[in-house]
Amino acid sequence: MAENVHTTAEVQHQGGHSGVFPPFDSSTFASQILWLAITFGLFYVLMAKVALPRIGGILETRHEKIGRDLEEANRLKAESEAAGAAYAASLAEARKKAQDIASQTRATLAASVDAKRHEAETALSAKIADAETRISEIKAKALGEVDGIAVETTEALVSSLIGDGVGRDEIVAAVQSAK
Amino acid sequence: MAADKVDPIHQFQITKILPIQVGHWDVSFTNSSLFMAVVVILATGFLVMASSSRAMVPSRWQVVAEMAYSFVADTLRDAAGKAGMQFFPLVFSLFMFVLVANLIGLVPYFFTVTSHIIVTFSLAILVIGIVIGFGIWKHGFHFFNLFVPKGVPAALIPLVTLIEIISFLSRPISLSVRLFANMLAGHITLKVFAGFVVTLSAAGAVGTVGSILPLAMAVALTALEFLVAFLQAYVFTVLTCMYLNDAIHPGH
Repeated sequence: MAENVHTTAEVQHQGGHSGVFPPFDSSTFASQILWLAITFGLFYVLMAKVALPRIGGILETRHEKIGRDLEEANRLKAESEAAGAAYAASLAEARKKAQDIASQTRATLAASVDAKRHEAETALSAKIADAETRISEIKAKALGEVDGIAVETTEALVSSLIGDGVGRDEIVAAVQSAK
Repeated sequence: MAADKVDPIHQFQITKILPIQVGHWDVSFTNSSLFMAVVVILATGFLVMASSSRAMVPSRWQVVAEMAYSFVADTLRDAAGKAGMQFFPLVFSLFMFVLVANLIGLVPYFFTVTSHIIVTFSLAILVIGIVIGFGIWKHGFHFFNLFVPKGVPAALIPLVTLIEIISFLSRPISLSVRLFANMLAGHITLKVFAGFVVTLSAAGAVGTVGSILPLAMAVALTALEFLVAFLQAYVFTVLTCMYLNDAIHPGH
C-alpha cells in the first residue's frame, strides 16, 4: 500500500529495504531476534537475580512482621486477660478472707462475752446466796434475841407486880407457851 | 512531505543505527534494538530504584513495584498453582517487558517493539518451547495426555486429539498475533486520526474547525491505547500462565 512513499523516506535504504510492510520484512528478523534474545535474556537475569528477590524479600519481611506483630498482640491480650482473671481471683479470695476474719472475730467475741457474763452471773448468784444465808442467820439471831428480851421483860414485869418468888424456868415456859 | 507525515506505516520502519553483518546475517543494532534496551533499562531501573529503600512502609514507587510483583504472582498462582511459581521470574519478565514496551511505544516518535510480529512470535515461541520442554522433562510421555482429554468416547478420540493438537500448535500464533495486531492496529489508528488533524488544518479555516473531531478522537484513542497496552500485556501473561499450567499438570 504505502511502499512507494517509503522509498523516498530518510534512512532506511542501507539494509536493502525492499518496500514491504515493515513488520513482515524478513530482512530485519535476524537482527530483531538476536537483540531480543540479548535484551530479554539480560532482563530475565536482572529480574531473577536482582529485582524479584529484593521485592519478594520486602513483601516477605513485611508479611512476617505483620504476622509477628499480630502474634505479639494476641499474646499480650491473653496476658492481660490472665492478669485480669488473676486480679478477680485474688479479689474474691481477699473478700472471702475478710469475711472469715470477721466471722471468726465475731465468734471469739461472742464466746468471751458469754464466758464473762457467765462468770459474772456465777459471782452474783454466789453473792446472793451468801447474802441470803447472812440474812437468815441475822433473822434467826434476832428471833433468838426476841425470846431473851421477852423473858427478861416478863421477868421484870412479874417481879415488879408480884415480887420475887417466881422462878426463871416458869417464866421461860410461860413465854414459850404464849408464842 | 505531507504524504510522508500522514503515512501510518512509517512508524514501524526499522532503521539501522549500528550496522553489523555476521556471515550473511544482518544483525545490525537498529531502532528496534535500541528500544528493547530502553525497555530493559527503564523496567529494571524502575523496579530496582523503587525497591532500593526496602521500606517497611513503602513509598509510592515501591507500592507500584510491589503491586506489579503481587499482581503477576497472584495471576501465576491462580492459573498454575504453587508449582507454577518456579516460572515466576520468566512470567514476570514477560509481563514487564511487554507492558513497558507497549507503554513507551505510546510516546510520540518512540518505536514500539511489540508492534513487530517477529518479536511477539519469538516471545510466544519461548513460552511454548518452555511448556513443551518442561512438560516432557517432567512428565515424559505422559505430557502427550494433554492431547487426549479424559472422558471422551473412544470413537471420538482421534478427532478430538487432532483438534487438541491443532489448538496447541495455534497457541504460539494466537499468542503472538494478538499482541502484535493490537499494537499495530492501535498505532495505525492513532496515526491516521492524527494525520487527519494535520491534513484538515492545512486545508484552511473550515478544515481547522473540522479537525477538532479527529483530534478529540485521537485523544480518546490514546486513552484507549493505554488500556490496550496494559490489557495485552496482561492477556499475554495470563495465557502464558495457563500454558505453563498445562506443562505442570498435563492430565487435566
